[in-house]
Amino acid sequence: MQSTESLFENLRSDFPILKRTVRDNKQLVYLDNASTTQKPNQVIDAITDYYQNHNANIHRAVYELAEEATESYESSRDKVANFVNIKNRQEIIFVRGTTEAINLVAYAWGRPHIDEGNIIVTTEYEHHSNIVPWQLLTQEKHAKLEYIGMDDNGELILDDLDKYLATGKVKLVTFSLMSNVLGTITNAEKIIAKCKAAGVLTLIDGAQAVPHMKVDLEKLGCDFFAFSGHKMLGPTGIGVLWVRKSVLETMSPFHGGGDMIREVHKYETTWNDLPYKFEAGTPNIADVVGLGAAIDYLTKIGMDNVREHEIELTKYAIEKLSAVKGLHVYGTKDISKRGGVISFNFADIHPHDVAQIVDGEGIAVRSGHHCAQVLMERLNVAATSRASFYIYNTKQDIDILVNSLNIVAKVFKL
Amino acid sequence: MSGNADIYHEMIVDYSRNPINYGEIENHDVTFHDSNPLCGDSIDIDMKIDGDKVTDIKFHGKGCAICMACSSVLTEITKGKSIDEARVIEKNDVLGELGLEHLQAVRIKCALLSLKVLKFALYTYIGKNLSETQDVDKLKEEADNLY
Repeated sequence: MQSTESLFENLRSDFPILKRTVRDNKQLVYLDNASTTQKPNQVIDAITDYYQNHNANIHRAVYELAEEATESYESSRDKVANFVNIKNRQEIIFVRGTTEAINLVAYAWGRPHIDEGNIIVTTEYEHHSNIVPWQLLTQEKHAKLEYIGMDDNGELILDDLDKYLATGKVKLVTFSLMSNVLGTITNAEKIIAKCKAAGVLTLIDGAQAVPHMKVDLEKLGCDFFAFSGHKMLGPTGIGVLWVRKSVLETMSPFHGGGDMIREVHKYETTWNDLPYKFEAGTPNIADVVGLGAAIDYLTKIGMDNVREHEIELTKYAIEKLSAVKGLHVYGTKDISKRGGVISFNFADIHPHDVAQIVDGEGIAVRSGHHCAQVLMERLNVAATSRASFYIYNTKQDIDILVNSLNIVAKVFKL
Repeated sequence: MSGNADIYHEMIVDYSRNPINYGEIENHDVTFHDSNPLCGDSIDIDMKIDGDKVTDIKFHGKGCAICMACSSVLTEITKGKSIDEARVIEKNDVLGELGLEHLQAVRIKCALLSLKVLKFALYTYIGKNLSETQDVDKLKEEADNLY
């Protein structure tokens, strides 16, 4: 049994991209994991193997290849169920990603259930994908969208929620389990308890949380949960929507087409069983298989180890970055309340200029509004720089980032 | 220093720290605003136009050093020009001033946001005051093809 430290050191060799150099022979330092993660050989090989040896359409044909493809596809559904503790596999719908998952809910649940005067509550630190679908829905239905505010520590002000729930008009409360900008881990248990007491449904955007910590849906008790494969070592274009069965049964179809039907006649159609009613058309089979391989990989490491590794890195990074003169780190310093996502601004230098100069040192950090303009407005900034970590990052990566900030300071004569 | 830091030469850093023609014109004849959806850079340009001449121009907004430096240079180039002269200002007139002709594609939008705003401001002004529909169409096409 190897130590956790050597486990994380050794796994870097599973990621071919980490060996490459960028910008005049600089070793790549990849710190944009909140955006997307790199892929290990195990995931790349699973996708290649699927196309080389098992490719066929699923669920219909009787030949051996189709059987194998169906088996691979459906076994990934079971892996998802085990990974986030879902008891009923019929509640798992494969989608393109978190964005499609939330749009599916806004369309297929929202349209039949939201009426004029109803309220949907979201938060100030949501990604655009958990704001815009609700704007579209509430505008169409003449309903209202309200926001749970955020305090200066980057945590939600739950008194706001009480205020909205007291109106008796709230139909859904939707929030991310971890902010993609500040890394704040939302107190989901508390929000869900309040909503349950008020008979209000809850949706969780798990895109940032599921890749980085143990998530137990059975324990959480929300009604909708969404996450993406590509932020957890899996391929792009595949994600998961989970909906509690009693709620799923009240939803209209999303896309009409093949596989989602039971019988089609000229003027009427009956729907397939769950979850297929919501998986119209040939799905992204290869990437579902790839997601399964990513889940296997993470399960082998253990999500508690992943979280521990990132707590170490985040602690180290906050300490090192806070020591840089003129650098401001956003969000809580309480490590138990945040994940490995660190947004910062450096004196009066625009984040794009910071990102451009550190890119010259081989470092990939993100700059901009991170698809969270409502949060940028709340922080009263146009943009931030953001470093975000994953299992293959090291303290050395953080040292290289901090050193490159000295170059930024020199260029801008700080 | 690396190749990426090279673009931040003296002039760009100076312009970004102390932009030229930064501010608003209270009794402007035309104003236009646009932003960059990808990065959130946001620029307003106000102009005072006397006859066919741009007698004053100012910009304000939020942006990176490249955006601020290019906006400064653009307003310097534009001030005093006739509308006809101003509307044929090209991207290399701005980039050339700052040695940014080979700026990477992802940053070109930062550099040219203000030029796009200028073109649309002129379009708005001509559309409003001169009704030269042919010119307006050409201008709009030019502005759309800037990037």
